[in-house]
Amino acid sequence: MQSILYDYLPILIFMCLSIVLTLVLIVPPLIFAPYKPDKEKLSPYECGFDPFDDARSKFDIRFYLVAILFIIFDLEIAFLFPWAIMLGKIGTLGFASMMIFLGVLTVGFIYEWKKGALEWD
Amino acid sequence: MANLIDYIVPIAILFFHSILVLLAVLLMAYFGIYGERKIWAAVQLRRGPNVVGPFGLLQSAADLIKLLFKEIIIPQEANKAIFILAPIITCFVALSAWAVIPFSEGWVVSDLNVGILYIIAISSLGVYGIIMGGWASNSKYPFMGAMRSAAQMVSYEISIGLVIITVLLCVGSLNLTNIVMAQRNIWFVFPLFPMFIIFFISALAETNRPPFDLPEAEAELVAGYQTEYSSSLFMLYFLGELAATFLMCAMITILFLGGWLPPFNIVPFTLIPGAVWFMLKVATIFFLFGMVKAIVPRYRYDQLMRLGWKVFLPISLFWVVLTASFLFIFNLMP
Repeated sequence: MQSILYDYLPILIFMCLSIVLTLVLIVPPLIFAPYKPDKEKLSPYECGFDPFDDARSKFDIRFYLVAILFIIFDLEIAFLFPWAIMLGKIGTLGFASMMIFLGVLTVGFIYEWKKGALEWD
Repeated sequence: MANLIDYIVPIAILFFHSILVLLAVLLMAYFGIYGERKIWAAVQLRRGPNVVGPFGLLQSAADLIKLLFKEIIIPQEANKAIFILAPIITCFVALSAWAVIPFSEGWVVSDLNVGILYIIAISSLGVYGIIMGGWASNSKYPFMGAMRSAAQMVSYEISIGLVIITVLLCVGSLNLTNIVMAQRNIWFVFPLFPMFIIFFISALAETNRPPFDLPEAEAELVAGYQTEYSSSLFMLYFLGELAATFLMCAMITILFLGGWLPPFNIVPFTLIPGAVWFMLKVATIFFLFGMVKAIVPRYRYDQLMRLGWKVFLPISLFWVVLTASFLFIFNLMP
């Protein structure tokens, strides 16, 4: 408990200070800057003409696909972290099981590549 | 009474340390943007900022003052709370990652035993600020820019993670001080040179810097997710981006260039304090970032995704396996 406090209290203090700094930077324009809104100024920017359509329209499914693939590979990396540090202590069994795990993932990666999930044309 | 002082003094020291580190980051951002503009100017045979102050050194201060006294414009159709929150998150996240960066031996706010995990966890939150800002603006260009930016950042985070794994295999610790100390004999840039290149390029993509600044490709998307922002909210995005860029420079220095260690462990080099070496290395990497921006033309989006997923991911995964096998077979594990 003592060591957790010792390690993380500085981080908490640092985070508090950085959020204070961030908030302080917002204050001056609220106090000193002019505030004269009008309809044209507050309309969404669209290259000089009145905006048409809703901005929250449909968008490409591939962004979603990238997010899913990212989760898979990021999880894999999360598994790799403890393994990488403990490699000296877990012996041949630990080494071989991670290689099998990576092999399975590589098969999945080749499959998604062949299926065209990585194509952006 | 004595008991109270026992608590207050260490906390006051921690405050002092934190303020010093934040000041260092702000100064880096101040001189970073000035130096970068000078570099681009020199590459294009221009003078760059040279009017405000001697050699234009006060240019960034003038820009700061200008941004601080401008009107904050919040578009009519925006989701106001998220719109204001987004740049705050970006800046806050980029700044707080600095809490575990060691500037020299023992010069660190918190010498966390899982330092590198902390950095990865915190810096990957930066994408929230961007996607929130783009969505809350309720305008087309910010929305497209935010989607592109988010996809790009998560794609390159994978190769960055794998490169870090490679380094950790050679170190056997998640602590940043230990990672630097493991490089006393040889900097990791030599045995792991391909990984250094991949990390460098991924760092450019991760921080949305040229040649990967697709989210704000001016000709197509105006200013990307920042289009609707003005005044200090825009500046927070800008500051957050610079802090993240310098964080990447510091990461490269710590993971590959031996942190605060001098290049040769002999007398004239060891006399210079470690923090100076650290800042020199960070400045060198930042100079390279600036040169890349000045020299390299922008990528197309499909090329960017191809590079991330089809080139960097297989190479770095293969290199993880190669390094692990090499260390395992020759029994060199730390």
